[in-house]
Amino acid sequence: MAEFEPKIIAFLCNWCSYAGADLAGTSRIQYPTNVRVVRLMCSGALDPLYVYRALIEGADGVLIGGCHPGDCHYTNGNYKARRRVAVLKKILQEFGLEDRVWLRWISASEGQRFAETVREMVENVRSKGPNPLLRL
Amino acid sequence: MIDLTINDRQIQVKEGTTILEATGELGIKIPTLCYHKDLTPYGACRLCLVEVSRGNRSRIQASCLYPIQEDLIVHTDTERVIKTRKIMIELLLARCPDSEEIKELAEELGVKESRFPKKNEDCILCGLCERMCRERMGASVIGFTQRGNKRKIIPPFDKTSAICLGCGACEFICPTGSMKAKNNCSEQIKAFPSEFDWGVGTRPVVNIFYPQAVPNTAVIDEKCCIQLNRGACQICKEVCGPEAIDFNQKERTEEIRVGAVIVGAGYDRFNPLGRLEYGYGEYPNVLTSPEFERILSASGPFRGHLVRPSDKKEPKRIAFIQCVGSRDVECNPYCSSVCCMYATKEAVVAKEHAGKDLVTDIYYMDIRAFGKGFDRYYERAKTEYGVNYIHCRSPQVERANGSGELLIRFVTDDDKFAKEKYDLVVLSTGLVPPSKIKKLAEILGLELNKYNFIETNGFFKENTSREGIYVCGAISEPKDIPETVIQGSAAAGKASALLAEARGSLVKEKTYPVEIEVSEEEPRIGVFVCHCGINIAGVVDVPGVVKFTKTLSNVAYCEDNLYTCSQDSQGLINERIKEHRLNRIVIASCTPRTHEPLFQDTIREAGLNPYLLEFVSIREHCSWVHMFEKEAATRKAKELVAMAVAKAALLKPLTQSTFPVIKKGLVIGGGTAGMTASLSLAEQGFEVYLVEKEKELGGNLRNLYFSLNGENPQTLLKEMVEKVESNEKIHIYKNSEIADFAGYVGNYKTTVKTYNDRPTSNNGDGTAQPAEGRGNLTTIEHGIVILAAGAKERQTAEYLYGQDERIVTQKELEERIASDRLESLGGKLSTVVMVQCVGSREENALYCSRVCCSTAVKNSLKIKEINPGVNIFILYRDIRTYGFREEYYQQAREKGIVFIRYDLDSKPEVVKENEQLKVRVFDPILNEKLEIDLDLLVLSAGIVPNDENESLAKVLKVPLNEDGFFLEAHIKLRPVDFSTDGIFLAGLSHSPKFVDETISQAWAAAGRAATFFSKDRIRATGRIVHVIERLCAGCRICVDVCPYEAREIDEETNKAKIIEVLCQGCGVCVASCPNGASQQYGFEKKQLLQAVDALL
Repeated sequence: MAEFEPKIIAFLCNWCSYAGADLAGTSRIQYPTNVRVVRLMCSGALDPLYVYRALIEGADGVLIGGCHPGDCHYTNGNYKARRRVAVLKKILQEFGLEDRVWLRWISASEGQRFAETVREMVENVRSKGPNPLLRL
Repeated sequence: MIDLTINDRQIQVKEGTTILEATGELGIKIPTLCYHKDLTPYGACRLCLVEVSRGNRSRIQASCLYPIQEDLIVHTDTERVIKTRKIMIELLLARCPDSEEIKELAEELGVKESRFPKKNEDCILCGLCERMCRERMGASVIGFTQRGNKRKIIPPFDKTSAICLGCGACEFICPTGSMKAKNNCSEQIKAFPSEFDWGVGTRPVVNIFYPQAVPNTAVIDEKCCIQLNRGACQICKEVCGPEAIDFNQKERTEEIRVGAVIVGAGYDRFNPLGRLEYGYGEYPNVLTSPEFERILSASGPFRGHLVRPSDKKEPKRIAFIQCVGSRDVECNPYCSSVCCMYATKEAVVAKEHAGKDLVTDIYYMDIRAFGKGFDRYYERAKTEYGVNYIHCRSPQVERANGSGELLIRFVTDDDKFAKEKYDLVVLSTGLVPPSKIKKLAEILGLELNKYNFIETNGFFKENTSREGIYVCGAISEPKDIPETVIQGSAAAGKASALLAEARGSLVKEKTYPVEIEVSEEEPRIGVFVCHCGINIAGVVDVPGVVKFTKTLSNVAYCEDNLYTCSQDSQGLINERIKEHRLNRIVIASCTPRTHEPLFQDTIREAGLNPYLLEFVSIREHCSWVHMFEKEAATRKAKELVAMAVAKAALLKPLTQSTFPVIKKGLVIGGGTAGMTASLSLAEQGFEVYLVEKEKELGGNLRNLYFSLNGENPQTLLKEMVEKVESNEKIHIYKNSEIADFAGYVGNYKTTVKTYNDRPTSNNGDGTAQPAEGRGNLTTIEHGIVILAAGAKERQTAEYLYGQDERIVTQKELEERIASDRLESLGGKLSTVVMVQCVGSREENALYCSRVCCSTAVKNSLKIKEINPGVNIFILYRDIRTYGFREEYYQQAREKGIVFIRYDLDSKPEVVKENEQLKVRVFDPILNEKLEIDLDLLVLSAGIVPNDENESLAKVLKVPLNEDGFFLEAHIKLRPVDFSTDGIFLAGLSHSPKFVDETISQAWAAAGRAATFFSKDRIRATGRIVHVIERLCAGCRICVDVCPYEAREIDEETNKAKIIEVLCQGCGVCVASCPNGASQQYGFEKKQLLQAVDALL
């Protein structure tokens, strides 16, 4: 059987992580193809609903990228994202899914960090195996 | 055209085509080693053999040389062909058994081992290098020599050649790796050092200066380009898909008529090559700070990996030496102002990169962390990150041993010699005027000062010796980013005041066709997939993506373009929209962050609403990062397009609301900043309401009598008050305060409360007490606010202040000197002691008041001027006379003023014994405790924010920092803006600063404010939030989370509302709304969920 290839949805802030992903591109930093990026204007605009939907529909992992603390383009949206994800993870604990949702601070200049985060996450999720909700 | 048959397939090709080219068109792969499409074929490797038949005869021929003829029948994969090729590769493998390329090819052709005796050569005599050198580079440095088994390719006489360009093309094209350019060239071949990386990294001849360069365009280095210098090469021109290379471009001189000039030509860095004590240039592990900064950078030569450039080893111990080329009477006596902080930053970042175990030691004289927030950062560097600061004199760098280790010898505080070993030494080199400044000054007719920076005019730091020419940034004095940005805005403000009458006269407005109404139509999506030359198409199967996209629902049209962003493709999109009645557009190409506005404009020109565009990156997020996984990348590109199409189907046309602007300003505070800002706005042609809490204008400027450079602040005050009071455009409200404030940028309504006989303190320290009774209320309407509320001297109880009239603050001292009452203070004055940092830089006020060191120096020099016999001691922690103020610190030392350094944990002690005031302090140089009898004790009490800042912050809904000063939108890049549009900040209420810096900031605030006045209407972003009233419960969560005060509850309906002009479109309220009543245009929940579904 071919090795399991996890599918990861990334919700990235337009001003930092999305730009960081762009920089990974312009710097030609290679990373696994498993990630699909959805652009948000701010990590604070992430409705937990999007994460639930992605997991229910079969995503094996969800990456949320925001600005480093203090760097939010909109003053403090990233802090709101941090709180929201903390609560979200508590709920996901009930399903054993909390480790499949990662919140990372990646700035516009951190292309390398973005690529490394994706690499790390793909490996991590691969070791966990497919999204258990898919077996239901 | 000629007809022929290849592998039983018919093909028509142009006359003159070779068989190899023809098979290439059919996608038939033929192995070659000596062929290159841009060089004359040579037929050396004999691997491209094919079987050619005409009539009954069939022969084996080298396809790279064989021209097509009519009715030729070619077979590329017959048994005979394969067998012959195998023999050829076996022979080659025997000749070069170690060549990776040949081994690979042999394996492809099914040959594992050669049966022939091994030769252990590495050159296969394919001649690619020779043809490259002769045909493309026009150099003919190398050629074939001798015959038979002695044949080889060498430069003449097998000696390195002087005509070799050192271009390395021969080495680059060699298939076996045997050619080494350095064997051909008589000069040492070196890569071009990258100027942006300060020579630590290298760069190509065709180069984009740095990743964020504007414009982000590659430029050919004229000096090194082979085409421009010898008329050969042109390889870049061939590989450039969009044909952007133009060798005929020439430098042009253009004449532009302007009304004002702003000079912001920056600075250079001090070159430490001549300073032998630091060993720069001699020891490879001594770097300058800009070099080190590039090493730390993620986009730098080592991608942020902290290594020594000399041997790529990770350093364990790093030393920073401060004041290299600054505060040095031998070269630059001034202070460069920024080195303490950048060294601190570099040490912190180095530790972040390499881990806590990295040792970072900073050798310094004074740490000058005088900027806003700097002292906190300095303290964190020490306590949280463990950066060590070593106070010392005359550090010198020596070689420690052969492994590249370095030794720093220095003199400690208590006059002992000491030494430490390091792996890397970083020199904190100072800022010097740009090398071409003299020429620039000559052209512009500007004067330079004695340090060769541009001379500025007294308190007005943007004014030069010539009217109409303004200056900003470090070209007039070393300065940090916030001060530079402030001066940039100030200079722009001054130019726009000078040219107020001509404002807008050169502006051209673009017109668009009337928008087609599409909101009721079924989606008809047009998808344009970009090849981006080979950037996308080299990895992603673009036609495959197009084919897949056509199967998606709602897609009415899909095509691929070589460059979707090119001028002709833009025209094409416009045509397709009309032709296929497309009403939603998806662009799959590069990143929306750079190209979305371009395509929005394109579809607008075709009559579509600009928000009917969805943009997906299949380059940055796909082809460029998955270059070796073509299939997976193609799959990903398809999914990404599917996501964009799914979201696009739900896109709606959006309107950008516009709002009228009331072109009047409100300035809060009538001190230096407030008066300057008012005058600036008035000079730019706008009406101003100036509100001052006291009964007189002037603020803290009223307490300043001297300045270091001899300018008179009282003259400035008098002129300024006169100008403000006589200006018809400025309406002054004295004895007044802000009672109410409402509205948004462009449309504010403020109620000002004016007291009739409000008691004020004349010292202007902001201690005015609210009056009893009621004041008169006035309502004013205005478009912007400039907050210039000032600050005051700290009220201290330390050092017996208030218990003896011989103990005064610097402000009181200055006032007494000015009114000739100096002697009356201490009777006959013989000893004056000044204590610095009283209340500043401690817990509860962990910031530097910035002005106290210079003020102490100023007042000491003044006392010495009046009575040279007075002994003056200044007890300090760090002397922070930054920039050109350093000169006066030097003067003070020369005049015999004694500076004694103290630490926070051994503060001086002031006692009064039998009416004699004494100070006890530990002198680290003498290494003993001193007791000084004194006649006058002067406390540098520093600057604290006004008490009413808190209420002002609440009324204006702007933030304060932890010290109680107002907090700007970005501490470095937006130093006069608040994050709320339309409110600006200047002067002491921002942070402690000098009069000249306050004036700059006030001009900057007014300059920024005037940008709103340059338009008649303000346009909000289209992707704002809206409320579905039916779902809104009026819970106020959105009101609380909005960082821009853009949400409010309609009191009548109890539903949330959006103040559209304030909404910045972050979407935080959308995610917060428990009912889904808040939705963001362009990022609606339904759209995003649809997008997620499409991906899974």
